[in-house]
Amino acid sequence: MPRMGYSFPEEVLEHVFSFIQSDEDRNAISAVCRSWHDIERWSRRRVFVGNCYAISPKMVIRRFPEVRSIELKGKPHFADFNLVPEDWGGYVAPWISAMASAYPWLEEIRLKRMVITDESLELISKSFKNFKVLVLSSCEGFSTEGLAAIAANCRNLRELDLGESEVEDLSGHWLSHFPDNYTSLVSLNIACLGCEVSFSALERLVGRCPNLRTLRLNRAVPLDKLANLLCRAPQLVELGTGAYSSELRPDLFSNLSGAFSGCKELKSLSGFWDVVPGYLPAVYPICSKLTSLNLSYATIQSPELIKLVSQCQNLQRLWVLDYIEDAGLVALAASCKDLRELRVFPSDPFGPEPNVGLTEQGLVSVSEGCPKLQSVLYFCRQMSNAALITIARNRPNMTRFRLCIIEPQAPDYLTLQPLDVGFGAIVEHCKDLRRLSLSGLLTDRVFQYIGTHAKKLEMLSVAFAGESDLGLHHILSGCENLRKLEIRDCPFGDKALLANAAKLETMRSLWMSSCSVSFGACKLLGQKMPGLNVEVIDERSPPDSRPESCPIEKLYIYRTVSGPRFDMPGFVWTMAENPALRLS
Amino acid sequence: MERCMAFDKELNLEATELRLGLPGIKESEKQPFSTIKSNKRAFPNMDEKSCGSKDGSKASHAQKCNQEIASPAKAQVVGWPPVRSYRKNCFQAKTMESEATSAYLKVSMDGAPYLRKIDLKVYKGYPELLKALEDMFKFSVGDYSESEGYNNGSEFVATYEDKDGDWMLVGDVPWDMFISSCKRLRIMKGSEARGLGCAV
Repeated sequence: MPRMGYSFPEEVLEHVFSFIQSDEDRNAISAVCRSWHDIERWSRRRVFVGNCYAISPKMVIRRFPEVRSIELKGKPHFADFNLVPEDWGGYVAPWISAMASAYPWLEEIRLKRMVITDESLELISKSFKNFKVLVLSSCEGFSTEGLAAIAANCRNLRELDLGESEVEDLSGHWLSHFPDNYTSLVSLNIACLGCEVSFSALERLVGRCPNLRTLRLNRAVPLDKLANLLCRAPQLVELGTGAYSSELRPDLFSNLSGAFSGCKELKSLSGFWDVVPGYLPAVYPICSKLTSLNLSYATIQSPELIKLVSQCQNLQRLWVLDYIEDAGLVALAASCKDLRELRVFPSDPFGPEPNVGLTEQGLVSVSEGCPKLQSVLYFCRQMSNAALITIARNRPNMTRFRLCIIEPQAPDYLTLQPLDVGFGAIVEHCKDLRRLSLSGLLTDRVFQYIGTHAKKLEMLSVAFAGESDLGLHHILSGCENLRKLEIRDCPFGDKALLANAAKLETMRSLWMSSCSVSFGACKLLGQKMPGLNVEVIDERSPPDSRPESCPIEKLYIYRTVSGPRFDMPGFVWTMAENPALRLS
Repeated sequence: MERCMAFDKELNLEATELRLGLPGIKESEKQPFSTIKSNKRAFPNMDEKSCGSKDGSKASHAQKCNQEIASPAKAQVVGWPPVRSYRKNCFQAKTMESEATSAYLKVSMDGAPYLRKIDLKVYKGYPELLKALEDMFKFSVGDYSESEGYNNGSEFVATYEDKDGDWMLVGDVPWDMFISSCKRLRIMKGSEARGLGCAV
């Protein structure tokens, strides 16, 4: 009723809306009426674009003119494992140039799996006077020159986080470009950088930034410099060490231990490259306060790991190598009752034989002993249905479960049966499961279980599994909340895809590589579904040089409101409504 | 649709076949697997790099690539297990780094108020090292001979402490053995050096 709409002045509504931060809620507000839509769009300050090709920068800017913070994601997740060819896309440049003129007050840019150039970094540094946060997670395309521009020009920078990006290391001097009167740094993560940064510049920077909370160093920072840095920043909450090795020297040890003791707020530790066990006790004084520990580069053996972990009673997150072994995980389960997240990485992923005593038992122990465990990433070499059922029963509160049995299509090692029943138990008991990665020998049955039970599932990763299109059909027709589906090397073909075409518009994206989807099906899908970009990726030769029934190499389907993209390399084709487009 | 179904029937036969090979890849379209060493290289480029031959027919080139890549005992599957490349590089880099890093050692000289440090990896052999020491400490070493050590009437002799804690004359063992066993250097005064074969 129009009268209702006039009863609150705009300013009041705007003030009320300012308390609503979640995108979902804001989207709901926008749908109430025209005036709410308008007020909301002028007051939205933060935008998240899960797929940079789902919408154009112009459209975002047109709808939300006063954005202060933007997050963009580019390449599909499987790019992390080299399945997406280089030059596929994910270029952020058009976004940066559009925002440079439209959002002069932009404060935060967060990118994941995108390609960003030094030119873009320079443009960022010069266009946004109040720029505060730059997070580049798994990005590439830039060098330390771009970082130098950020350091030199962003007077209000709070956070510079390079994540696991690939940076061309031209020189370590970029850090010296922070002006002497720059003191606002709160968070710095340079762990991914290969070369040495100018150490004296780092020391001075750390010393003059009283609000520094997070410091993640790179491997090139030697251990004998760490104590000094810590003494200059005793207020640190999160620390990533550099190389944690040195010849054993009592003076160095006591300096280090003293420096660590002085950091009363330290809650998170990482780094530990090349770790020398003799120096680990230096961190013992602060272990009891740690909530997050990343030892996934630390090539130390189980006994040392046990000694360390047993002292971290407040640990919530542990990332570790499989050197921890089953015995270490038993100790973890006994000591760390607050554990929420466990990731166990393989120390020798390509070796044919197991090199450590880590089996499914370790995970079972942790699932028994840690009542709050909800997020698991576990690499191992054997698994059984019995273990999976036990884990599922122990931990119905599991929300993220990623299991990687190293040998593709490995069966239950006890019964030699497929692992359908085990994973079935996981989805049946863990009703809030949002993310799942499968491995081992799996038939279509497991997909039936998933389609039936995994109603909250948002992301599913499948490899070397299934027997027929029925498997894919179960997932697409059953998983109501599915947003991202990535599949490799499975015998899924056209039928399930075409039968569930409408489902694809309710998802962010679908990736299928080394499956059996034919070129003909892709064309059909592209023609029938204008709301989707159906990208065929084939590095062999153009797909229309072969019969339509031939399977394509890789398929990436995503919903979009901005039509086919124009920055594709030669080996990517978008199936458009008009088949004559783009196919010659 | 019929064509699809016929194709489908073919597939189903293969799909129900239990095998360890990768499902969905036809023999005729088979490509050699790329190894983990290729980080971001697109597959065709990697082949050229590893094979190294620029001419020759395409067929033999591809064959050669197949042979070279098939040589590891187990064919590596691209992107499996799903481990990020920076994690893989961590362990390879460790062994490579231990060869590439610097080897800074302390150098003392009898009578000097403070010690110096040099990086042994910078030098390719004894002549360079001794020249550097001469420049650093302003003394002269003289010519080396196996029987008599250094003889030019110099007051000083270059010695080093080895892994066993013994003080040895610089120059007796091959260079590579020297840099792997040398822990510190000492420019010893001639009067103490008599026992080391210095003809003073």
